[in-house]
Amino acid sequence: MVDIRVVGARDRQKQELTEEISNLVCPGDVITTDTGFMRGHGTYMEDEKLHASVAGVVERVNKLICVKPLKTRYNGEVGDVVIGRIIEVGQKRWKVDTRSKLDSILMLSSVNLPGGELRRRSEEDEKMMRNYLKEGDLISAEVQSVFSDGALSLHTRSLKYGKLAQGTIIQVSPSLIKRRKTHFHTLPCGATIILGNNGSVWISATMNEETEQTGGYEQDLEPVSKGDREVIARLRNCVIALSEHQMMLYDTSVLYSYEESLRFNVKDILKPEIMTEIIENTQPRLESLGT
Amino acid sequence: MVSMEHIASVKPVADNKEQQRVHWKGERHSTAQDNCREDGRGCEDYRHMTLETGVVSNTSGSSRVRLANTDILVGIKAELGTPAPDKDDKGRLEFFVDCSANATPEFEGRGGEELASEISNMLIRVYDCPGCVDLQKLCIIPKQQCWILYIDILLLECGGNLFDAASVAVKAALFDLKIPRVTVTQDEGHVELEISDDPYDVQTVDVKSSPCIVTLSKIGHCHVVDASQKEEACCLARLMLGVAEHGTITGMKKEGSGSLDPSSIDDMLDTGKRVGIALNKSLLESLEEEQRQGKKKGRTGFLR
Repeated sequence: MVDIRVVGARDRQKQELTEEISNLVCPGDVITTDTGFMRGHGTYMEDEKLHASVAGVVERVNKLICVKPLKTRYNGEVGDVVIGRIIEVGQKRWKVDTRSKLDSILMLSSVNLPGGELRRRSEEDEKMMRNYLKEGDLISAEVQSVFSDGALSLHTRSLKYGKLAQGTIIQVSPSLIKRRKTHFHTLPCGATIILGNNGSVWISATMNEETEQTGGYEQDLEPVSKGDREVIARLRNCVIALSEHQMMLYDTSVLYSYEESLRFNVKDILKPEIMTEIIENTQPRLESLGT
Repeated sequence: MVSMEHIASVKPVADNKEQQRVHWKGERHSTAQDNCREDGRGCEDYRHMTLETGVVSNTSGSSRVRLANTDILVGIKAELGTPAPDKDDKGRLEFFVDCSANATPEFEGRGGEELASEISNMLIRVYDCPGCVDLQKLCIIPKQQCWILYIDILLLECGGNLFDAASVAVKAALFDLKIPRVTVTQDEGHVELEISDDPYDVQTVDVKSSPCIVTLSKIGHCHVVDASQKEEACCLARLMLGVAEHGTITGMKKEGSGSLDPSSIDDMLDTGKRVGIALNKSLLESLEEEQRQGKKKGRTGFLR
């Protein structure tokens, strides 16, 4: 029921898991004294020397030097799958919070209207906007374009995108999401997981085919069975465990950690020593897969 | 199961905080049906807690408690002062809570003051019960000199359930408290106090019977202990209980806009007692374990 422990008492010596990254810099570090290079993002010039302004990895493209920060807000790219929350309904557009630096925009013209019909958006549709998506709704979407200031324009013009119904959301660092061909995974354990590129992970029970094809406008608000809820809770805790240990999130890593966690109670997964054990068991499996 | 979305729709979106609250109602998984919560816990389970005492060297007693993401640092400073006029043979406890803006940007400026006074008022209430702490031991000369314990609570990170975590941290810091021994010499009606400067010549406070706060949040038809931030946003009414070692309730407060049925309050009291006894027991066990380890353990502090 209650588990209180003394700091350091049961901690195991943390294994050094990650290999050293060679071109890692801290803010203020001198990257180069050569003046022949161009100053990119995350760098600044001082006394003819190029310094890093963020902690991260140095990347060089020809003459351009950038530092890619390790911890950052989400920087959108065209084609990314994101999970966002509607924060405002406006003129022919919704404002969406995608945990990026600026609010993203979802235009009325870039959504599939209920029923999946493709037609010109009339004034009626504009009046009905709040019936489709209202403040507080969660959506999955794809980045359609990036404005010059970095704000994102989203679209949901595919039936796999749209409003999200019942499930759980987890926020992790966007750098931990591995870029894959698909970010929608129906896992064999009976749950669907969406790994948004913006670091939002959505886990829900797997729906049947018909409801999946409506873009989420018809929501199934039936209570979720206890078994499904436990699977979702277990997956959620596994995703948190992976992100706590700075492991990349993708279908295989989530699935393997889920399998490794089956020996434990769902609620125990978040205890530090069990979390470490699950991750330590997951890691060699992933590595053997990679070679 | 009550549809959370339905409740959300009848409540007007008032301010930002309220809006966030409505937002979180969307994720109906945080409801606690079937004794299975969002993170797989049952209704009466706490998240794991880590504690360390003696983390701040220039205090008389200190502790740091982490309850999942909630991080609380407590320092107690013992100072000599005059007793309160109505309790002239007792020492005093003074609570002060500081919400660091590092915890959430909302605490910036005066933003955290309301929460801070809520927490300190609740702590004053649950400790204002004879037998919680033997205050008579803190009195040196009745009506003239007593120890005043200034308990400073610093909120470093918010991860839900601040009241419970704060009370656990206060109890741990009181356990760690070492007050220098004072010898009173009377010399022709002239009283002299001599404070021992030997670090081992100290008196401690017995915390066995001091209370911990147990917060019960009503979500849907169930009540849960140790609500996470998401769950706190979903809950409309909560009951905070100060529970001492054997289940004595030393203080109670109801919070939130929702109402509670008398019968459900009874249930919550029962749960609170049961959980409170377990919490106190577990806390005392780990405090004693740490005391046994003593100095050889080394301090972890804020280095992980």
